[in-house]
Amino acid sequence: MSAAVRHDFQTIAEWINPASRVLDLGCGDGALLTYLQESRSTTGYGVEITSDGVLASCKRGINVLQMNLEDGLNVFETSSFDYVILSRTLQAMHNTEGILQEMLRVGRQGIVTFPNFGYWKNRLQVLAGRMPVSEEIPYQWFDTPNIHLCTLDDFEELCSEVGAHVLQRSVIANGKEVRVLPNLLGSLAVYRFESEA
Amino acid sequence: MPGSVGIVCSQFAHFDEPLTLRSGAVIHGYDLVYETYGQLNSDKSNAILICHALSGNHHVAGKYSAEDKGSGWWDNMIGPGKPIDTDKFFVIGMNNLGGCHGSTGPSSVNPVTGKPWGSSFPVVTVEDWVESQARLADLLGITQFAAILGGSLGGMQVLQWSISYPDRVRHALVIAAAPGLTAQNIAFNDVARNAILTDPDFHGGDFYAHQTRPRRGLRLARMLGHITYLSDDVMGSKFGRIMRTEGFQYGFDVEFEIESYLRYQGDKFAESFDANTYLLMTKALDYFDPTHHGRVGTLSDALKPATAEFLVISFTTDWRFSPGRSKEIVKALLDCGRDVTYAEVTHGHGHDAFLMDDPYYHGLVANYMSRVAP
Repeated sequence: MSAAVRHDFQTIAEWINPASRVLDLGCGDGALLTYLQESRSTTGYGVEITSDGVLASCKRGINVLQMNLEDGLNVFETSSFDYVILSRTLQAMHNTEGILQEMLRVGRQGIVTFPNFGYWKNRLQVLAGRMPVSEEIPYQWFDTPNIHLCTLDDFEELCSEVGAHVLQRSVIANGKEVRVLPNLLGSLAVYRFESEA
Repeated sequence: MPGSVGIVCSQFAHFDEPLTLRSGAVIHGYDLVYETYGQLNSDKSNAILICHALSGNHHVAGKYSAEDKGSGWWDNMIGPGKPIDTDKFFVIGMNNLGGCHGSTGPSSVNPVTGKPWGSSFPVVTVEDWVESQARLADLLGITQFAAILGGSLGGMQVLQWSISYPDRVRHALVIAAAPGLTAQNIAFNDVARNAILTDPDFHGGDFYAHQTRPRRGLRLARMLGHITYLSDDVMGSKFGRIMRTEGFQYGFDVEFEIESYLRYQGDKFAESFDANTYLLMTKALDYFDPTHHGRVGTLSDALKPATAEFLVISFTTDWRFSPGRSKEIVKALLDCGRDVTYAEVTHGHGHDAFLMDDPYYHGLVANYMSRVAP
């Protein structure tokens, strides 16, 4: 686990209450859920579409559900989780608004992490006339799962459009918290939000 | 390298305590045939029960002799180093009550009359099977299973176990199953039953006295069933429009490969399976409904008593027990806040995929089993 990964895991762990019920959307190999279970005694489920992710999560002892997030979260009842986490997955979703709305429905609070397209290294590469490849966006343009990359400002605008009230934000670069000019200096953003209503 | 459980032999258990069935009928004494693989540990905490599907039986793994050409029906899943590891677990396979492979069923002799039960054998349900399986567990001194697993109708029994005896199941592995048959499924079963019931050799179920068996009916039932256990794709890739004859014969004998295959499967089955057992098994499928027609509420309400941890697996091309049906089970378990893992295995073989050796499918079961303490 890289330092940057550890940092956003730690941030999420610090934000959530112990023994809470957590749904991790796009849980990958189950590393975050395992970390939260060990550090915060959480319970809950991971949702993952890839077979490799499901196998790895299953091996870790995670409750993992092989489902496609694009189909929505209709197997989950309204307000059935304390936190719904979408870690490094938002940018790969087709129905971006839909998943945020579903997170607000199913969870008391939502937590989203995503690579900041406004990170200075990305901006420099675009200025130089190339699609960016950086720590948090390590893919070539022709071979990437990412279809909806955004900046911090873009995301915050979408939050207000879908009725998500941002409670907390942490911006990270090189495994450290960024406090100055986050939309320029941060490579990864972590948000915690709840429904405005 | 995963191995085989080797040479196995069947065992019999006799039960004198009458069993009152869901229908109200009472069976006053019965035998159950079973096989075991691996060693039961000293605190009897490593037992796993395998529940079989429509045409399955107690011979789950291993061979009966060195010359035995076949193996148990789930030999690829169960054995030393296999997903259900007999080096760690004590595995029990049994033939369900009403079966035709050694447990008391319609073809067994009723001790009261001295004749085969035939049409007088009562209809058994999934719940009745679970009761009889629990009695076998009692006999073996097993108060709680580490895991119970089964596919298709076997998966329904696993689900029923988790409801009937929550304290006796730590892990429930429900594979290619459904929380109840759809109208389409019941319809297929009814056509199959009708093929048997209308065979002149059926004699109202008492064909044993006539030294015959309703081969034609059973054969048709199996042919129909077989079509529904496979996907259109796998039939297409395996048989397509390949012909056995040189061009069309303009008659009704076997011409296409698929016809030959189905007839062969039907003939084989008709010689080895009991028609009355087939009727009973399909009826048990039709009746299974944990909600009892909604009398206990929704499926979520019905599954509330279940405390086991669940692994639910479906197969993408299974149209008889589709992934959507497995998701209904998962949704109900989520509503109850239960520990559940769900996987949808991409596989071309339709319903029968649950019997196949697929790396992802078997990897899942193996990975899941690593959390099941012996």
